[in-house]
Amino acid sequence: MAERRIRVLVGKPGLDGHDRGAKIIARAFRDAGFEVIYTGLHQTPEQIVSAAIQEDVDLVALSILSGAHNTLLPAVKEIMKEKGAADIVLMAGGVIPEDDIPGLKAAGIAEVFTPGTSTEAIVGWVRDNITPHA
Amino acid sequence: MTLAERVLDGDIRAAARLMRDIDDRFKSAIEELKTLYPHTGNAYIIGITGPPGAGKSTLVDQIVAAYRKKDLLVGVIAIDPTSPFSGGAILGDRIRMNRHADDAGVFIRSLATRGALGGLSRSTTDVVNVMDAMGMDVIVIETVGVGQDEVDIVSTAHTTVVVMVPGLGDDIQAIKAGILEIGDVFVVNKADRDGAERTARELTTMLEMKHPDPAGWAPRVLLTEGARGVGIEELVQEFDAHHIYLKESGALQRLIEERNAKLFADSLREELFETVFGAIKGNGKYDEIVAGMRDKSIDPYSAVQEVMAGRAFS
Repeated sequence: MAERRIRVLVGKPGLDGHDRGAKIIARAFRDAGFEVIYTGLHQTPEQIVSAAIQEDVDLVALSILSGAHNTLLPAVKEIMKEKGAADIVLMAGGVIPEDDIPGLKAAGIAEVFTPGTSTEAIVGWVRDNITPHA
Repeated sequence: MTLAERVLDGDIRAAARLMRDIDDRFKSAIEELKTLYPHTGNAYIIGITGPPGAGKSTLVDQIVAAYRKKDLLVGVIAIDPTSPFSGGAILGDRIRMNRHADDAGVFIRSLATRGALGGLSRSTTDVVNVMDAMGMDVIVIETVGVGQDEVDIVSTAHTTVVVMVPGLGDDIQAIKAGILEIGDVFVVNKADRDGAERTARELTTMLEMKHPDPAGWAPRVLLTEGARGVGIEELVQEFDAHHIYLKESGALQRLIEERNAKLFADSLREELFETVFGAIKGNGKYDEIVAGMRDKSIDPYSAVQEVMAGRAFS
């Protein structure tokens, strides 16, 4: 009997075009044995949530460097709730001021990683916090 | 309600979960597939194959858009390779087609090969069946980027499309065996590039050598530019023509029967192996055989015969 493999959606919401970080995370997740659905740049919150549902991912990991995190991240979580997918964990990384993090967590974003975090730390967080859907 | 009942009821999350259960080889998925099976057989299945970077995902994106204009429901299965080292995968086909993600008439699923070598994942046929039962009119399967010999798509799709690009090799490449023999439709994508006409000519020459039967389907070579949507209308017309040919010639029924037979044989092979292997691992016979081969008291061929003799199938 096979086991669940962790599936993660990695994407970039909004308008900034810097995807180096997202690609490095996708690669680190691949090397950790996860299946990564990479949706690329300029995704709307609706597209991200629909893709996450169709792909049955355990985790959505979004990279944001535009400064629009306080708008986009809670919007993704809200749409997840509307579509009955609030159980999918939402995580973010990028240039996000420390002061904004408590508010994001209150809005349902499980964790926020800021520049300088090692990929090991992020993979470790996923292993500790994500249990694949039964 | 069971997952299958929810799928038939139009529940997207249930469908997505069932596809995962299939991919993760949960025993429960078999029960769900049993329920869905009577509801399959309505979708038209298109397989898109070709080398990495030929533009398959971009073409799929355009094909989806074309069928959506006709108001048809479209399922997409996009396959990318699993890392042989970590078991992980980056499934990136969605990058080219995610504009359809929030269209309720489109369902896209990315699958990793998980060690399968024929260009598809082991789960592909069953995931097709789930999409079929969901009521998708058209299902497009994009294989992993293939080389010369990954031809599983033929036994899964009704229409197989081989996508090539200019500049991949001389005309000897075109007369070798393998993926160039399996196309019902050939596409030279990135047709704005130098050499596209020549590649198309070489493929046409190869095809003319192979198809003397005037009553049969004669595959044609079409030129497209996926990124700009050039040639897509003609491509979809060609799919329609092939679909009609399949229905009128009786070839569709043959394809369906071959596919059913293959699905049965594959399932039987797996079930038999799992049952027998599980039994000999459980009762110590397996360890005995491994030890026996180590000291050469038994060879692997006799060991298999011995195991098989222990069970009566006749």
